[in-house]
Amino acid sequence: MNHWIIAPVILPALLAPLIAFVMRHDIVVARAASAIGTLALLAISIGLTVLAAKGETHVYYLGNWPAPFGIVLVLDRLSALMVLLTAILAVIVLLHAMITEWDNRGRHFHALFQFQLMGICGAFLTGDAFNLFVFFEVLLIASYGLMVHSGGKTRLQAGLQYVVMNLVGSTLFLFALGTLYAATGTLNIADLVVKVQESSADDSGLIRVAAMLLLIVFGIKAALVPLHFWLPATYANAPAPVAALFAIMTKVGAYAIIRIHGMAFGPDNPATDTLIGDWLFPLALLTIALGAVGVLGARRVGPLLSYAVVGSMGTLLLAVSVFDPYATTTALYYLIHSTFSAAALFLLADLIVARRGNDWLGLQPATMHNGLFAALFFVAAIGMVGMPPLSGFLGKLMILDALSAPEVIGWAWTAILVASLLSILGFARAGSILFWKSTSASMNTADVSNTAAAQDHRSAPIPAVGFDVAPAMLAVALLVALAATAGPVTSYLEATSAQIYESSGYVDAVLNGASEEAR
Amino acid sequence: MELLVASAVGALTAGGVYLILRLRAFAVILGLALLSYAVNVFLFSTGRLAVNKPPVLDGYTVTDFAAYTDPLPQALVLTAIVISFGMTAVLVMFALGAYLEVGDDKIDMQAPDQPDQGATARDARDPEHEQIKFRFEPKERDV
Repeated sequence: MNHWIIAPVILPALLAPLIAFVMRHDIVVARAASAIGTLALLAISIGLTVLAAKGETHVYYLGNWPAPFGIVLVLDRLSALMVLLTAILAVIVLLHAMITEWDNRGRHFHALFQFQLMGICGAFLTGDAFNLFVFFEVLLIASYGLMVHSGGKTRLQAGLQYVVMNLVGSTLFLFALGTLYAATGTLNIADLVVKVQESSADDSGLIRVAAMLLLIVFGIKAALVPLHFWLPATYANAPAPVAALFAIMTKVGAYAIIRIHGMAFGPDNPATDTLIGDWLFPLALLTIALGAVGVLGARRVGPLLSYAVVGSMGTLLLAVSVFDPYATTTALYYLIHSTFSAAALFLLADLIVARRGNDWLGLQPATMHNGLFAALFFVAAIGMVGMPPLSGFLGKLMILDALSAPEVIGWAWTAILVASLLSILGFARAGSILFWKSTSASMNTADVSNTAAAQDHRSAPIPAVGFDVAPAMLAVALLVALAATAGPVTSYLEATSAQIYESSGYVDAVLNGASEEAR
Repeated sequence: MELLVASAVGALTAGGVYLILRLRAFAVILGLALLSYAVNVFLFSTGRLAVNKPPVLDGYTVTDFAAYTDPLPQALVLTAIVISFGMTAVLVMFALGAYLEVGDDKIDMQAPDQPDQGATARDARDPEHEQIKFRFEPKERDV
């Protein structure tokens, strides 16, 4: 048993209370501890990815209980990739939060941040459905705190509806797990794969109900229409670094769909047949359409980016919904891309909004360093909408290629291409209002609005450009790097999705691994 | 007994959903509590309903497992109770914070694209709301 597998959970779990109780009065010490912890997490996750890239599925038996009875953590290519993605994003977001002093505008930012990382890494690593629920709760309760970090009227209101939405989601999750346990008698994901395959026709009704309930729960997390409505209000009103970190939270939902539905409730399964794909495909189309319309109609920067996130989740879930290895490869590539492009845009928007004083897309005189921000926004927006030469274009191209089967091509290509066009228009409009027209605007029409973003920056002086664009630039640079290294990344992802759909390897490693090790 | 448990879960869920749809802080908190009770009873029953059977094995040489009930759902219920209890506490704090800040216990956003017209304008549009509402007056020592 390799004990490093549990390190991404243990490290933030130990660090967070230490920061909360010992370092709460000293922001410098808390920053140092948080930064060191996050960098250590990055190092560990790189190590785990190298380990997982060899193709073996590593299993960690908590308390050394044998598999279907105890809780297991499973490290395969997919979970290693997701943990690595989390760690990279966390480093960028933490840098931004520290440079722009966001962490100092409320209390316990770093402790909550580490708890959030613990929950996300745990959700990616766990091999047990109930444990997944527990880690969901850990990451949610930390996200509630982060969401209302630094307070403010609109933010608290948005935070409250976010909490209520997710509490209802958690209750549904428990109903789903109960149904699943009643039908199969297990909650271990590997055991579930076996039991669902072997289930009798009598149980298939219950299994289908459980699979659909789980799809609803993960759909809430992944902002699948019609369960997306918490997202725009939440992301638009969350503190900018938190919104950037939340870019990975929607991916937790997508990951859970790939992991649980892809492995246990896929189309090759007699109990569920094509049920999940039949629902996911049209809903993903709607998600894409709604995201594009939202981008086009947004009058503030926050909702603009939130709807861009909704649209990208739609594209991602559309590729997931056909449940075949090549489509999943492309979905994973797009997942990495959309995480970084959403983070880059939210961080950039924070810098721009801080200089403009509010986040309305209205005419206002140009701020300092207009050109630099215009250029960065241009590049990040190109990445988000999927124009060449950045990774968004490659990702969408591969998804289109994967969705070229005659029964899906019409809907999928129309939705993705038309939505991309609308998003381009929306971002072009936003960019030209923010940067281009502002150069000729002389009047001061800045209305004092009560949005959360406006409250944050009302008294803040306009900071000079220095290190504060570095994290956003880093995120944009990662998009360039992802496009440049598309070959090696895709070959890793191909192996990843092959591993997901060859579920016998996963099942063997989890259920028979302990006995082999004992020999 | 199945009918009793099933109708209890159903009634609790229906009540919970109704209260959550009221979209007022207190009703929603009660509704979520009812919903979590419903899910706890539901989880408990997923191990099949059995009367007078212990979940803990008596020694390690048991041969007749039919004399025992499934312990796993009971462990799940304990976890779920702890989590939902903690979450309710968090929710109460959130609702209180939002109420004190906004002066309104509605759990809903204004249209995110509309500039805020202030709490007073909103109250004027909603006479029913005006009747229920009371102002939070901070005491001297709180200030």
